[in-house]
Amino acid sequence: MGKYAAWVATPLVLALLVLIWQFYVVVFEVSPFILPPPLAVWHATVELLSDPKTYSHIAITVYETVAGFLIAVVIGIVFGGLLGKIRWLERTLNPLIVGLQVMPKVALIPLFIVWFGFGPTSKVVLAAVISFFPIMTNTILGMKSVEPGHRDVMLALNASRWQTFKEVELQNALPFIMTGMEVGIVLATIGAIVGEYLGGSQGLGYMAVATLNAFDVTSMFGVIFLLTILGLVLYFFVVMLRRFVTPWHEAVTSSRD
Amino acid sequence: MTPAKAEMNAAPEHQPADLSVSTGQDAMIRLTGVEQRYKTKDHDVLALTDVNLNIGKGEFLVLLGPSGCGKTTLLRIIAGLLQSTSGTVEIDNKPLWNKKTRNDAAMDELGVVFQEANMFPWMTIEDNIALPLKLRGVPKAERRARAAELCKMVGIEGFEKRWPRQLSGGMRQRAAIARALSTKPQILLMDEPFGALDAMTRDAMNLELQRIWMESGCTIVLVTHSIREAVFLADRILLLSPRPGRMDTITDIEIERPRDTYVQSTQGFQDYELSLRQRLDSFA
Repeated sequence: MGKYAAWVATPLVLALLVLIWQFYVVVFEVSPFILPPPLAVWHATVELLSDPKTYSHIAITVYETVAGFLIAVVIGIVFGGLLGKIRWLERTLNPLIVGLQVMPKVALIPLFIVWFGFGPTSKVVLAAVISFFPIMTNTILGMKSVEPGHRDVMLALNASRWQTFKEVELQNALPFIMTGMEVGIVLATIGAIVGEYLGGSQGLGYMAVATLNAFDVTSMFGVIFLLTILGLVLYFFVVMLRRFVTPWHEAVTSSRD
Repeated sequence: MTPAKAEMNAAPEHQPADLSVSTGQDAMIRLTGVEQRYKTKDHDVLALTDVNLNIGKGEFLVLLGPSGCGKTTLLRIIAGLLQSTSGTVEIDNKPLWNKKTRNDAAMDELGVVFQEANMFPWMTIEDNIALPLKLRGVPKAERRARAAELCKMVGIEGFEKRWPRQLSGGMRQRAAIARALSTKPQILLMDEPFGALDAMTRDAMNLELQRIWMESGCTIVLVTHSIREAVFLADRILLLSPRPGRMDTITDIEIERPRDTYVQSTQGFQDYELSLRQRLDSFA
């Protein structure tokens, strides 16, 4: 396969899927309340985008996702750094962390609504909580996976704990942190939207529920389409960030070659 | 290659190990009663015992021995990476350890090169080489200048801005030597530095190392399991016997310097090799 094969093949596969969708709807006479045809969804999406209210809903969802994600990045790296560096602290808190990690965070939404209200704040908190764990655990993993040879070099250079942290452990953790962030941004998006589903009157998640309640399934598909685009944009933003943060890393150069 | 060198080499003679105290007061490294034990579940393992050794200023000492003779352990003890369970280590008349803490003044005299280059992949070659200077708070411009100077010295000029993985194994190892020399230490400690390289690169690196040693005038302690490499590089070879590791024999290599690759085919060189080989075989 050529270098640019994916640029041709991927759109072709996508076009094929849309054709199958259209074919299925027409041949089996599927009700538009169950599955609207692709062209109708496209028109509904265009209509949504011509309504200024849609943009304020998008802005709310973006705000909740990004704010929650950034909080998770800061707290995740700080906690991960501390736990990765201080052995006894990690050993003490580990059972607690595992417990919190396996808890389905979505179940906390009613609680967050009680604590933080129906507004965007409760969604920001949920997005932060849900995306915090992969970032923190990856930071710890990255700090601990420093090669023994690299530790020997710092030891032979008589480096202080702080110097070893700054020059080696943190740098070693960066590719791991980026991986945690890639998972985290997807989870933050899910957190914000699920939060909107369950409470409040703003955001794309709310729009999806509202269109469904109005039996406007075609518009709901349009909202889902917008959500997908939003998720993709945010994800690729984080992926691009990797190139700036770890230009030396194989994952960056191998995808460039 | 030159007949003069071949004639000069008399048959090598082994000296008993207790002649180690040859340089007396001006010893750069002084080891007294060094012993290393490892605790395992049921019993202690004695890895290294009764090491009494003075290494002179500017000397090139090679630690040679079969695997399990504790040569790497001994080097790690000298490097301050490991505190021996008993005995003392002095670097330039300064104790290496004050109870459980490393003595900064003694550590400052040491540069260490490992079997792996251990370049940090997130730093350019230049930043890797200048890292020891950065840790000491040397300003950036000065670090740059020193890194450029060192790259030239070890023969990797023009690669300052590259990432380590863009260099070959031999070039990375050159960079590792440059890093160890960046603070101008009096002592360079090398643990099988060319063990991971192919034979041709290894020969070239041995020549380079001899040149760097002669230029810098530092004391070198090098660990190897290659007899040929040991004879080629050393002023003195300390042969260690295994289980537990202890000093076996010390051989003075009286081949004039600078030595070239062809010296390896001279009779004198091969006599040293043969007698060391026989001694090594007697351990098995």
